[in-house]
Parts: sequence; structure tokens; C-alpha cells
Amino acid sequence: MITFMNNSDSEEEPCNERTSLMSAESPPVPSYQDGLQASEAGEAQAHRKRRTGGSRNPNNITDGETPGTGVPVRESTSENEEEELTLKYGAKHVIMLFVPVTLCMIVVVATIKSVRFYTEKNGQLIYTPFSEDTPSVGQRLLNSVLNTIIMISVIVVMTVFLVLLYKYRCYKFIHGWLILSSLMLLFLFTYIYLGEVLKTYNVAMDYPTLFLVIWNFGAVGMICIHWKGPLQLQQAYLIMISALMALVFIKYLPEWSAWVILGAISIYDLMAVLCPKGPLRMLVETAQERNEPIFPALIYSSAMIWTVGMAKPDTASRGPSQQTWDAAEDGRENHRSPSRAASQMSETSPAPTRAVTSLEELEEEERGVKLGLGDFIFYSVLVGKAAATASGDWNTTLACFVAILIGLCLTLLLLAVFKKALPALPISITFGLVFYFSTDNLVRPFMDTLASHQLYI
Amino acid sequence: PALGLFLFTIARDPLRIIILIAGAFFWLVSLLLSSLIWFIAVKASDPQDEPLQKGLLIFGVMFSVLLQEAFRFLYYKLLRKAIEGLVALSEDGCSPISIQQMAYVAGVGFGLMSGAFSMINLLADALGPGTVGIHGDSQLYFLTSAFMTMVLIFLHTFWGILFFHGCEHRRWWEIAAVVVMHLAVSGSTFCNPLYVGSLVPSYLLMAAAAAWAYSLSGGSTQNLRRFLLCK
Repeated sequence: MITFMNNSDSEEEPCNERTSLMSAESPPVPSYQDGLQASEAGEAQAHRKRRTGGSRNPNNITDGETPGTGVPVRESTSENEEEELTLKYGAKHVIMLFVPVTLCMIVVVATIKSVRFYTEKNGQLIYTPFSEDTPSVGQRLLNSVLNTIIMISVIVVMTVFLVLLYKYRCYKFIHGWLILSSLMLLFLFTYIYLGEVLKTYNVAMDYPTLFLVIWNFGAVGMICIHWKGPLQLQQAYLIMISALMALVFIKYLPEWSAWVILGAISIYDLMAVLCPKGPLRMLVETAQERNEPIFPALIYSSAMIWTVGMAKPDTASRGPSQQTWDAAEDGRENHRSPSRAASQMSETSPAPTRAVTSLEELEEEERGVKLGLGDFIFYSVLVGKAAATASGDWNTTLACFVAILIGLCLTLLLLAVFKKALPALPISITFGLVFYFSTDNLVRPFMDTLASHQLYI
Repeated sequence: PALGLFLFTIARDPLRIIILIAGAFFWLVSLLLSSLIWFIAVKASDPQDEPLQKGLLIFGVMFSVLLQEAFRFLYYKLLRKAIEGLVALSEDGCSPISIQQMAYVAGVGFGLMSGAFSMINLLADALGPGTVGIHGDSQLYFLTSAFMTMVLIFLHTFWGILFFHGCEHRRWWEIAAVVVMHLAVSGSTFCNPLYVGSLVPSYLLMAAAAAWAYSLSGGSTQNLRRFLLCK
């Protein structure tokens, strides 16, 4: 999503590109399991060998993985322990992801239900040029498919572009791009959103106040997202951004196109992440090779990630273990799904602020799970569209919500099993779509009739 | 009350939340299938025929109840497998969550979902303008709906416990009792708007189920007394 100023007048496009690209971008660093293994390795080392500096390299770490290390026993035990840890922390991480996704959806649904602006059709994006106001069904279908093709191709082009940039180390360009997008997102969209909300509730606000509020909001947001800031604030900003983006999508995408696009994007996500030649996968691998953290700003992370150089003097007494933890931490960027990431990188604030806070905290929050911001956005788009257009209102919305959460659960489960970056979109979106259409068409008449007779099942 | 249950007992433990959502999901799927059946039946029949429609509705309701119980059973199976997995993978050889807790959470999941589906449109409409019962329907519509929903949520919770307990100990009669109770409660709602016919039996059944579930979970009158007197 991304609000990226691409000399296009439509705001969303850039976002799209961005998300899809970005998600892939952020090298998923070792996947969940790797992270685990890294910490395992870290622990093992701390206990046995006191080997400091441990494995800085997330991917190659995992003692459990490297074959022929000559320590087969250790390998098996560490694998076992890994699995245990995976599952044990699994539930916690799922919840850590549930909460932000739920929050984002709640914000979107609340806005859709209350603010009229987002359900009025005021035009379309330049990326979906075909209108859906056509008389015949076939024509409409054709238009929506064409819209989807255009949108998806734009996304693919942007993704490839971004991957190329990343490959050729044009970091400055990417950074600049991201900053520009997040700037636009934070200021422009917030302004529009705030304006509409105030209009709805008939609250008057003068321009100076508005300017002050938006300026503060935007400035803090920029700092939080791109630089350092408290984790929760950063997460809150990312959620806000995703919600804003989703709202824009909901407003500007015509109905059928939206559904077809959702379906197409999940297929694309599946392919881009899993196919060997997929851009997202290449991005991930490149980043892993270079041992760099994933591009922040497009990923939501549920725990602190430390970047290199975390070790601080005050932890000198903890010396060796500290360093192994560091390494383990670095390895711990479990990137979950390279799906879209909106412009923000949730690069959790690097060391300095955290070093002071204790090592215990570090040890606690070893593993975080990361989810691309694009995932947030598309989930919210699905639920928001359900809230906006379904005649069954809340039932459908609720059904889609539960479906998406279950999809997320399953995806995380698969992540724990497969231990590499997985696309987060396909399963959840499929469930969501299935439930939306079936609830809208099948369950609604049933429930309505039941309710009118006041029967209970 | 259901929300209170949720907040106090479930929100702490992430595993329980997952089980809750999965329970809600299973209920949703059962609802989906039952409405599919009903829909097909309606489409295949004559829309003008009133008694037939009513009959179909009743059939749909019964079928849905049966499906719900079937899905509860499926969910039980799934949870059994999950527990085995958890036990195998935990350090000290015992699962972080017991099957009874799971039963409770699953019941709450089912209940919440069914309650939500029953109530939420009503609540949304209640926010808007209008008069209750303007067409000659009962004026107590909202109130009774609220009570009915609450009793149903509680019942689902208790049924969850009873059901799982029955499956655990292979007491088929317990399972059958749950199914029969569910059918009875749904059936009693057919008496609406003669509310006394539906609410009262439902509450009685709920009290019975509560007592039963309580005793199954290891409670006793002694515990109860101690709890009430805050010893």
C-alpha cells in the first residue's frame, strides 16, 4: 500500500506496489523456526561453550541445521527443543498478531459504519479505469477482471522494480521512496480522514488546531516508524496507517473489482513467495544472503528486534551471554509473510534505547512474529467491504472477521511447521471470501427468517 | 455476562483465545451448512405456501441443531488431537491446558458466536429510531430476545462441558442428553411469542445443566458454600 508518490494522482497505487513489494522486501530473515533455532543455538552455546559472538548470521545459524557439524546429538536435541519452543510460544505469538489485526479491523469497520464518506462512490482510481456502472452483468464482470489485471500488473511491475533496486543496492532510493510515501500517508490521508470524521459528527475545528494536530501526529509518526520510538507507539501508528490505507481502498475500488482483486492478490502472493523465481522470494533470499534486516517500515513486528550493536557497556558483566543473545536476537527476525508491507517499517528501534532496559526484557521478547503491513491492509479491506456492502450487516462482518482470524491461525501454524517465510494472504483471504459470499447469500435469509419468528437455534 | 466470562477467564491465556475463536469458527461452519440446506429446501419448494414454509423452517432449525452438535463432536476430536500434540511437546509431560478447560472454552466459543449472530442485528437496529411491536407483535421483543440469547450462550457453555465429558468417559447417554436438551430448547422457542412457553423451560434447563456441569467439573455443595461464604 503505500502511499507512494509515484507521479500518479491516485494515492493508492503506490501503496499497492509498495506493499506487495515491500513485504517481499523485508527479508524474512530466518523464519520463525530459524529464529528459534538461533536462540536455541544461543542458549546451547551460552550453556556449554561460552562462545561469544555466537551466530550473528541468522540464516546459517541454527546449529540444528547445518549438517555434518559433527554434533548429531546436539542437532537432534536442539531440534526437539526448537519444536517445543515453537509450539509453546506459538500461541502467544498468534495472539500478538491477533490483537493488532483485530484493532485494525475494528477501526476500519467503525469508520465505515459511521462516516458516510467512505461508502460514497466518488470516482475511481486511475488504476482501475473501467467503470462498473454498466448495464449488463457480463460487461461488469469483464470490466472488473480488466481492472484487476491492470492493478495486479502494476503491482508486479512495482515489485520487480523494488527487487531490482534492492539487488543493486540502491538503498538511498528505497529509503527516500519509503519516507516520501509514509509522509504522504501520514499527512494527507490523516487530514482527509479527520476532516470526514469531524464532518460526520458535526464538530467544528479551526484550521490552526487542525494543523497543529496533524503536524504533531505526522511528525511523531514519521519518527516512530522510521527511526526510534516505543514499540507500542510504533505498532499503533502502523495500525493506523493500515487502517487509513484500507479505507482508501474501500472507497475507491468498485465493488466487483475489489473482490476479484482480493482473490487475485492472494494468488499473486502465493506465487510470489513460493515460486523460486518469484520477486518476493528473491528479495527474501537476497536479504538473507546479505544478512540484513528486513526493510522495516513495511512490516509489523510484534516484538523488539535488535539491530547489530546492541551490546552495551552496562551489560558487560553479562558479557558472553549477552552477545549470544544479541546474535540470537538478530537472528530472530521471523518474517512471516512477505505480503504487502505498507510504507512503514516496523524497524523496532535499534539498540540504544533498549540497551538500558534490561537484558531480561530482551530475553523475554526473543521471538517476535512479523507480519507485512499489506496483510493488515487487505484483511481490513475485506472486512470493511463486508461491512459496507453486505446487506446482512453485522453477521457477515462478524463471519468474515472470524474467518480471517482462523486463516491467520492456520498460516502461523504452517509457519511453525515449515519454518520459512510464508504468504499470509491466501488462506485468510480465501476463508474470508468464502464466508462473505456464503454468509451474505445463504445465512442471511435464514437468520432473518429465524429472527422474525424469534426462533433460536 | 458472556463478555464478562470471556474477559475474566479466557483473555489471559492465549491458547484459550485460539480455542475460543476456533470454536466460534466451527459453529459458524455448522450454521453455514444448515442454512445451505434450508436455502435449497426453500428454493425447491413453493414460496407461497405458508404452512410449508413454516414447516421447512422448523425442519431447518432441527437440522441446524443436529449439525451444531455434530460440529461440536468434530471439534472435540480436533481438540483431543491437539492435546496429545501439546502433551508430547511440553516439557513436563502434561498439557498446559486440560480437556475440561478446553470444553469450557469451546462451549463459550459456540455460545458467543450463536449469541452474536442472534443478537447483533437486533442491537444495531435498536440503536435506530422506531417503536417496538408496532405491528401487533409483542412489545417485549428486545427484552425477551436478550434473555433468550443469554440463556442460550450459557447453555452452550454448559453443553460444551457436558458433551466433552461424555465423550471423554464414553457415556453416550450424556451426549444424547445434550442433544435432546438442545432440541428441546430450540423447540420451545417455537412457542414464541408466547414467551412463558420458551423462556421458562429454557431457564430451568439451564439451571439443570449448570448444576450437572458443575458437579462434573468437580464441584460440590461444600465448595459452593465455602465460596459463597468466602471462607
